[in-house]
Amino acid sequence: MKKNTNNLKEPFVRIVKRDNITIPKVIIVYSVAIVAGLLLCGIICTLFSDKGLFDFFESLFNGAFGSERKLWLLLQDTSLLLGVSMALLPAFKMKFWNLGGNGQILVSCLSAVACMYYLGGKVADSIIIPLMLLASVVSGALWAVIPAIFKAKFNTNESLFTLMMNYIAQGLVALFITIWVKTGSGVLAPIPYGNVPEIGNKYLLPIILFAVITVLMYIYLRFSKHGYEISVVGESINTAKYVGIKVDKVIIRTMILSGAIAGLVGFILAGSINHTVSTASANNMGFTGIMTTWLAAFNPLIVVLTSFFITFISKGMMDVRKTFMFTNDAISNIVVGIIYFIVIVCSFFINYKLVFRKKEKEEIKK
Amino acid sequence: MEKTVILQLKNITKKFGAKVIANNNISLDIYKGEILSVLGENGCGKTTLMNMVAGIYYPDSGKILIDGEEVIIRSPRDAFEHKIGMIHQHFKLIDIYTAAQNVALGVEGEKFNLKEVKNRINEMAKKYGFHINLDKKIYEMSVSEKQTVEILKVLYRGADILILDEPTAVLTPQEIRSLFKVLSAMRNDGKSIIIITHKLNEVMEISDRVSVLRKGEHIATVNTAETSEKELTEMMVGKKVELNINRTDPVDNKIRLSVSGLTVVNSDGYKVLDDVSFNAYSGEILGIAGIAGSGQKELLETIAGLNNYQSGTLTYYHPKKDKPVSFYHKTYKRVMELARENAFKDEKGNDIDFSKLSKKEIKDLVNSERIIFKEDEVVDLKNKNPREIRELGIRLSFVPEDRLGMGLVGNMNIIDNMMLRSYRKGKSMFLDRKKPSDLADRIISELEVNTPDSHTAVRKLSGGNVQKVLVGREIAAAPAVLMTAYPVRGLDINSSYTIYNLLNEQKQNGVAVIFVGEDLDVLMALSDKILVLSGGKISGIVDARTVTKDEIGLLMVKTNKDEVTE
Repeated sequence: MKKNTNNLKEPFVRIVKRDNITIPKVIIVYSVAIVAGLLLCGIICTLFSDKGLFDFFESLFNGAFGSERKLWLLLQDTSLLLGVSMALLPAFKMKFWNLGGNGQILVSCLSAVACMYYLGGKVADSIIIPLMLLASVVSGALWAVIPAIFKAKFNTNESLFTLMMNYIAQGLVALFITIWVKTGSGVLAPIPYGNVPEIGNKYLLPIILFAVITVLMYIYLRFSKHGYEISVVGESINTAKYVGIKVDKVIIRTMILSGAIAGLVGFILAGSINHTVSTASANNMGFTGIMTTWLAAFNPLIVVLTSFFITFISKGMMDVRKTFMFTNDAISNIVVGIIYFIVIVCSFFINYKLVFRKKEKEEIKK
Repeated sequence: MEKTVILQLKNITKKFGAKVIANNNISLDIYKGEILSVLGENGCGKTTLMNMVAGIYYPDSGKILIDGEEVIIRSPRDAFEHKIGMIHQHFKLIDIYTAAQNVALGVEGEKFNLKEVKNRINEMAKKYGFHINLDKKIYEMSVSEKQTVEILKVLYRGADILILDEPTAVLTPQEIRSLFKVLSAMRNDGKSIIIITHKLNEVMEISDRVSVLRKGEHIATVNTAETSEKELTEMMVGKKVELNINRTDPVDNKIRLSVSGLTVVNSDGYKVLDDVSFNAYSGEILGIAGIAGSGQKELLETIAGLNNYQSGTLTYYHPKKDKPVSFYHKTYKRVMELARENAFKDEKGNDIDFSKLSKKEIKDLVNSERIIFKEDEVVDLKNKNPREIRELGIRLSFVPEDRLGMGLVGNMNIIDNMMLRSYRKGKSMFLDRKKPSDLADRIISELEVNTPDSHTAVRKLSGGNVQKVLVGREIAAAPAVLMTAYPVRGLDINSSYTIYNLLNEQKQNGVAVIFVGEDLDVLMALSDKILVLSGGKISGIVDARTVTKDEIGLLMVKTNKDEVTE
C-alpha cells in the first residue's frame, strides 16, 4: 500500500488566494470577461441564425443606443433598476436577504393604481398624486417590515418570508384586476387620472429622482449613524450587542426604509410610466436588483455601472432577437445568463488563482 | 543507542498568497523514539509545517522523506498510510458516539467488531498507561479525556509518528503531568512524537530535542539538555527579552464591583454560573482561572450587560465620592432619587434639605456643581444593556475573548472600530470621524500598532495588533473596571508583555482589573488575587502571591464529577 501512494503525483491543480489585486487589474479582468462573454454570446447566436457576428454587435448596440428614444428608454430603465437596487442595498448591507423586491414594488403599484381608480375624476390630480405617493411608500414599507418584524422577534428566515410575500402581492394584483376589469380581458387599461406630470420629457423624472436617491443612499450608509449601525449589524450581531446596538430596532428601521424606496419605484411605475398595473409590473427588477448590488459589492456608486450594464444587455438583446429572427426569448435569455455567469465567475479569479502541477515543476527548476 | 532518522523534511516552503511565507525552506530530521518539540511564537508557521506532514496542506516546494524514501502526502489518509497521525488543537470527534466508536470510525479494511476494537484499545491503554472509559460518550467527557481518545484514535491506526498541536493548552497541571507520562511511555516504545508548543517549561520537561521556528524560518534544532529557557526564548523572539512581570502592591483598595449570588442559565437550560459571589477592588488585579468553559466567558459577559441572569445582584460603585453630580449622565429624576437616599452634601460637607428647594433651584445648584456625593454612588446593574450602562456614565470596559467577532468589526478600519463605543455621542445624525481618527492615531503610536495607516481593515492586522487596537480603545475610555478575557491568547511574547504592562499600569491608576487567563504561570505572576471557577461555581479565591500551581490545579477540577487523574 505504501508503494501505491508513492506513485501518486502531487495534486493536479490547487487554488491559491490572491493578495491585494490592484484596481486597474480588476477593471481589466472585468472588461476582458465582459468582452469575452459578449463574443461567446455572439458566436452562439450566429450558430442559430444565418446572420454574422458583426450583425450581433450592431444590433446589440443599436438596440440600446440606436435612437434618441432608445437612449432615453435605456436611461429610464437603468434608473428604475438603480432605484430597486437602492431599496435592496441597505438590507443586504445588513445581511438581511430581502428577496421580496418584486412584491414590494407590486403592492405599491397596486396601491397607487387603487388611488387612481377609485379617486380618478372625483378629486383633482393635485390631491390624487400625493395620496398615491403616500400609499405606495407606506404599502411598500409595510410589505418589507412584516418579514423584518418576524425576523427580529422570532428569528424567522427572511429569504423565504420575503419570497412568499411576492406571491401574496401577485395574488392581490390579480384579484384587484378581476374586480376592476369588468370585460374579463384581465388587462387594466391605462387610467387617465393621477398621472404624474412630466418634467422636461416623460423619461426625466425617474432618472433625476433615482440619481438623487443613489447619492443620498451613499451618504446615508457612509456618513450617518444609522448607516454605521447597519454595517455593524451586518458584520457581526455579537459586536452590535456588545456595544449596545438594539439589533431588532435596526432591522425593522432599515427594512422600513428599504420597502419605502421600493414603494417609490412602484409609484413611478404606476403613476409616471405605465398608468396601470399587472402582475408583471415589477418586471422582475426585485431579482435583477440582487445581481446589480452583489456585482457592485454593495457600493451604491458602483451600482450605477452595474445597473447600466444589465439594462444595456437586456435592451440590446431585444434588438438582436429581432435581427436574428428568434421567435421566442429563450435564446436571448440563455445569452444574458451566460454573460452574467461569466462576469460572476471572473470575480472568483479576482480573489483566487489556480496553480497547476506542471507550472509548479517549472517554478522549482527556476 | 544508534538513532535512526524516520522522518525527514527537506527544504519545505509554503506560501499563503504572495506575501505570507508561512514556511521558508525548512529542513528537519525526526528520529525514531524521540520527543521533538517544535517551538515558536504564534504565527511562526509551526502548525503549518506539521499540517503538511499530516496531509492537510501540500507544500509549494520541498520534499518529505520517510525511512529515506520520498513520499507524497496529499491527504490525512495518505499520512496514515505512512503511519503519521496528528492530534489537532481542535478535536475532531463525534459527540454522540462513545470513545470506542470514535476510535473505530473510518478504519477501512477490517470488519467492524466493536468488541475486538475495545480489546485492542485496552491493550494499548495498558501498555502506555492511559485511563479511559471506552463506553463513555464524547459529550460527557472532559477536555483531557477527549484528548486521550484522539491519541488512541491515532495509535489505533498504527501511527508511529504522532504530532500533537498545543496539547497542553487546555489541561490542568495534573492532567499535563499524566499526559507527559503517557508520551514518555510511547517514546520508550519506539514511537516518534512531535509536540507543537510555545510553552518553554514544557519543552524543557518533556522533549529530547527542540526545533525553534521564527517567522517561518527554522532557526536551530538543539538538544534540550544543552540549552536553557533563556536561550530558547531569544531564539524564538530574535532578541533578548525581559520576562518579568512587575507586580506592585495594590494601593487604595475600594470596592468597585460587587457580584453576589449570580446564577445564569443559558439558552440550552444549563446552569453556566451557579451562585457566584465576589468583589473587585480598585488598584488590584483579580485573576480568574479555570478549565476552558467553566463559566469565565458568561461571567464577564453578564457583568458587561450581555446576558440576562436568573438571580443575584450586580452592583457597581461609581467612583463619585466628593465629586459633584451633573446632568451630563443623570436626569433630574435620578438626582432626586439619590437625594432621597441622602447621597449628597454641599461644599461645606453639610446635608442639603431638598424639600426647601424648588426644581429650578436644585437644577441651578447641580449646574454650578454645588451638590456633591458623600460616598461612591451605588448603581444596580440589573437588566441594563451595554448602552444603558454607558449612558449612566459607568466606566466599565470589556475586552472580550472573541476579538474580531465581538470586540471589533474585522472588515472595518481602525477609525471605525474606535467609534464602536462612542459613535452615538452628539445629536447630529451624522458620524463624527474626527475624534475617533485622532484616537486611532494616538493608539497606533502609543501602543506601536504595526499597520500601514488608520484606514486599514482590522482583519488585515496580526493578532497582537488587533488586540492592541481593542485594548487601546477600552483603556481610552478611562475605565473604573476593566475586564479582559484571555487578552494575550495568540499573541507573541513581546505583545503579551505589552498587554501585561498595560494592565499593570491600569491597576496602578486605580482601576479594578479583572483578568481571565489560561496560563497559570502568568496568572500567578500578574494577579493579586485569583478566583478559580469550576463548572460555573467558585471553587476558591486565593492569594496569588502565596498559592502554588498545584493548588490552583486542584481547585480547577474541584467540583467536577470526574476523578482527577494523578
